Amino acid sequence: MGLSHDKAEPLLIVDNLEKVYARRGVRGTRREVMALQGVSFAIRPESTLALVGESGSGKSTLAFCLACLERPTSGRIIFQGGEITALDEEQQRALRPQIQLVFQDPARSLNPRFSALELVNEPLLVQGRVYKREREDRARTLLAQVGLPQEKALQRAEEFSGGQRQRLAIARALALEPKLLILDEALSALDCSVQAQIANLLLELQSSLGLTYLFITHDFAMAGHLADEIAVMERGKVVEQGAADRVLREPQNEVTRRLIAATPKLSAAVNAPQVG
Amino acid sequence: MAEVHGKTMANLPKLVSPLLQVQDLHVTYVSRAGQKSPALAGLSFEVQPGETLGVLGESGSGKSTLAAALLRLLPANGKIESGAVLFEGRDLLQAEPGVLQRIRGARIAVIFQEPSLALHPMIRIGEQVKDVLAAHESSSRSAMRQKTLQLLGEVFPMDAGHIAESYPHQLSGGQQQRVLIAQAIACGPSLVVADEPTASLDPSTQQEILSLFRKLREKFRLSLILITHNPALLAGFADRVLVMYAGRAAEAGPVEKVLGSPQHPYTRALLQSMPSEIEGHVNQRKSKLAVIAGEAPNFEMLANGCRFEARCADRMELCTKREPAAVNLGESHAVSCFKYGE
Repeated sequence: MGLSHDKAEPLLIVDNLEKVYARRGVRGTRREVMALQGVSFAIRPESTLALVGESGSGKSTLAFCLACLERPTSGRIIFQGGEITALDEEQQRALRPQIQLVFQDPARSLNPRFSALELVNEPLLVQGRVYKREREDRARTLLAQVGLPQEKALQRAEEFSGGQRQRLAIARALALEPKLLILDEALSALDCSVQAQIANLLLELQSSLGLTYLFITHDFAMAGHLADEIAVMERGKVVEQGAADRVLREPQNEVTRRLIAATPKLSAAVNAPQVG
Repeated sequence: MAEVHGKTMANLPKLVSPLLQVQDLHVTYVSRAGQKSPALAGLSFEVQPGETLGVLGESGSGKSTLAAALLRLLPANGKIESGAVLFEGRDLLQAEPGVLQRIRGARIAVIFQEPSLALHPMIRIGEQVKDVLAAHESSSRSAMRQKTLQLLGEVFPMDAGHIAESYPHQLSGGQQQRVLIAQAIACGPSLVVADEPTASLDPSTQQEILSLFRKLREKFRLSLILITHNPALLAGFADRVLVMYAGRAAEAGPVEKVLGSPQHPYTRALLQSMPSEIEGHVNQRKSKLAVIAGEAPNFEMLANGCRFEARCADRMELCTKREPAAVNLGESHAVSCFKYGE
């Protein structure tokens, strides 16, 4: 694992994806919202694609389509060579363990009354693939993998700090040995020093487990740090994509430039004079 | 009180009395089991007229407790143990309820986190802004309506009338935040305290809200306390920065000193843990970020020494013995760390 991934086939190909939501207006009028319009990109195995955009740009709709939680209106999603958009409900269920999600706010995405062990156990239980006796061992291994101390295994989720809860959410996502992790604003709700810890954990796991990440964010600085490639979205469209260095240094699109300019910069404290 | 305002005066703290002086403030929360845990443990700082103070702190640093404690708005299980909050020469912690009520919202306005929770979902925006005015002054209905539109015009130059007729759910997060700002400036306060006003917003909306604050603090000569966990937000915005750690001030000083050449080991480690700026990415990409070892302290476990000692790279034997006092490094830059003397 952790081998070079240059020549490999893409793990995931998104081809001309569209998603239209029908909204019912005040007087029963139907209004169509184009959440995704002709979105195409590919992610190589064991690499990270950062999807950057503002709220409402369609990032989360895309994540839901990839995780088989929403059906796209048209277009194709090809995962490990197979077209998942063509699968029926039953076949999608078999595929879901391969693609897992980590959400923004672990305080809301984890049941606060469950213990750490139960939370990590649950996906194994639901998929019913591991015997009870092995399950606990497996769950404990997962907790260790994300850097949670063994003595906290029986503590309830609500007793953990924000950073520890996000570790727990990652352990839970890893339980079914996915290939692709969708990190939907997974660092945004955390303190700066905790963001650094979780970012490091993600890098470690990527190289030790050979994971592929779709890192959804509005933070260009963190996207630049974690990603190999960056795609920028606005109003349901990908307006620019390319190697992370290229997008950061020579942004071609107006939206990209605007988002980069809006990223708060520490050096402004030293360089720029105070603006009144 | 002497009516002295303006940026130039902020540079002459010796001649002007501070607008706000917080002295040795101690706040504790009591759990249902009766256990006391301190949230602020001897916090002191000042805000000069017309100055913007950035309060930087992570979860558990006590920064939100600070916002609530200034106006005695702590929840029922929170208690101010000791200290003083001197505002325009008067100690708010000793003030009569009636006096305090006239200061809240009128002289000091607080903008709390989460704009979507701060607005009533069933009442039109115009009405909610007018309610703030009506709480502090009485005038005719038409005068109120006009003042409301004028206030909304400060934050929505283009479509104040339309916004006034809207309900909160019809507005974006950035627009809701603007409404809270209109409410905050409604009665012409001299101090606005904003607790993470941009935390839930996109970077470009964040910048718009900061620009709005810039415009308003100039126009109305406001002093501003901006509470945040994001150091980069304060760069180019705050005049001074107060770094909080576990209920105490770790470091305080001019923004270019604290963020440009931080001295406290915590401030240094915090700033180093951030990913490098876009220009500097090429070599460090996908490399490990510097982290502060361990977790933010749990107050029940705190011993006698420095609160940061267990996580500090520069710790010395002395650090476990007692808490360091603030050491002045000049230019009103102060650091609470034994590295700089006792």
